[in-house]
Amino acid sequence: MYNETVMDHFQNPRNVGEITDASGVGEIGNVVCGDILRVYIKVKDDRLDDVKYMTFGCGAAVASGSMMTTLAKGKTIEEAMQLTNKDVAQALGGLPPQKLHCSNLAADALHKAIEDWQQKNGK
Amino acid sequence: MRKVYLDHAGTTPLHPEVYSLICEFMKDTFGNPSSIHSYGREAKKWVDEARQQVADLIGAEREEIIFTGGGTEADNLAIIGAAAARHKKGNHIITSSIEHPAVLNSCKYLAKNGFEVTYLPVDGYGLVDPEELRKAIRPETILVTIMHANNEIGTIEPIEELSSIAREYDILFHTDAVQTAGRIPVNVKDLGVDLLTLSSHKMYGPKGVGALYKRKGVRLEPVIHGGGQEKKMRSGTENTAGIVGFGKAAEIAARDLDSEYKRTIELREKLVQGIIERIPDVKYNGHPERRLPHNVHFSFSYVEGESMLLSLDMKGIAASSGSACSSSSLKGSHVLEAIGLPYELIHGSLRMTLGRMNDAADIDYVLEVLPEVVARLRSFSPLANKLTV
Repeated sequence: MYNETVMDHFQNPRNVGEITDASGVGEIGNVVCGDILRVYIKVKDDRLDDVKYMTFGCGAAVASGSMMTTLAKGKTIEEAMQLTNKDVAQALGGLPPQKLHCSNLAADALHKAIEDWQQKNGK
Repeated sequence: MRKVYLDHAGTTPLHPEVYSLICEFMKDTFGNPSSIHSYGREAKKWVDEARQQVADLIGAEREEIIFTGGGTEADNLAIIGAAAARHKKGNHIITSSIEHPAVLNSCKYLAKNGFEVTYLPVDGYGLVDPEELRKAIRPETILVTIMHANNEIGTIEPIEELSSIAREYDILFHTDAVQTAGRIPVNVKDLGVDLLTLSSHKMYGPKGVGALYKRKGVRLEPVIHGGGQEKKMRSGTENTAGIVGFGKAAEIAARDLDSEYKRTIELREKLVQGIIERIPDVKYNGHPERRLPHNVHFSFSYVEGESMLLSLDMKGIAASSGSACSSSSLKGSHVLEAIGLPYELIHGSLRMTLGRMNDAADIDYVLEVLPEVVARLRSFSPLANKLTV
């Protein structure tokens, strides 16, 4: 069902956890559909110095959160805003079609976290 | 790595004795049971014996067993066949909200074709209230179909009470006993049912074969038309090897029922107690007593079912979940919704169903692995960890 890259990110998710003094936090999903993803960012000089995430969700949700953080870390805010859910799924080598809608929301959650930072900082 | 199969409500492995008999049969018995010649007669002898074995498991007569292509087909035949035979008497069917899709979708099919269907609610344990059935009965009710035990949460329904109410009103009563046959005593006379569904592969027999018990004198219209096999109730040349295997599986199930029942309940209680002792924030779903001996069903707060299944599978443990993410339809379990579980606990559900090949060492292994799996998933669950910023 899942490829090796997805299973690797599921088994060893990168950057899981919280950032206690995060610059911004974004959450997406709901408990009805069964996937929730929360993203924390630390911004330094308009760059994503650190990105962490927490998730309640299936294997695809865990893996896409993990892949998103590895892609987003170090990127400028502008670059990070260009990152799409599709990019994340592609970097994972693809996800089962039925998972593309519900469990592949990591980039959206990242954008929410960035918007949260922008709001807090009047950007 | 240790392998522990805990999905016996999904399917069971072939019993070695069943396997041997099927091989012996298939080696040189190929006749068509409908043929007059010796080859046909030989095949028919085997099929008749299997029919007797299946009948004996449920306290029925041999003539009351119709072999089908599985449990789903038997449910379709019972429900659609009864509706077609009785449509002049009425167009109302009563079922429960926690039936297997084979029953629910047969009812839905009839609802699209002029029938009305009432779905009885269940309580928090998954039990149907007989008084609810009485209230739902109308002059035009022709069939009640309520499962003997639920396949997800293992709750055993009060079939005797329910069927006696239906009988007062001369309404046919069907029960799907796919989960109970071979696991708890199933006797069609004690249950008071007119129609009862069985499946071979849930009792260590081969797949692709099941049976419908049809009480003598009950009239059904066939769903599959053709050469008139199975007393015109199920046309098509018999799946002889499957039927022979099913018969043997039924015989073994009857023979070992008491000992397996006791053994399985002991393992179940060890697993249930172990989970409750080792893992916080769990909910044991289903009825504590009116329950299938092999069914263990929990919800684990803050974690999602598919992630649990994947993690367990990596450790060699096979289980199942009512989580939306683990189903191809991406819908959460209708059974767990009907018993009033909140969505979070539906998604965090885990079903483990025990069987013949499980032993105490398997349970110890699960009790070692499962707490770690749940703890790991909880460690990065936003539901377990409140927003700290």
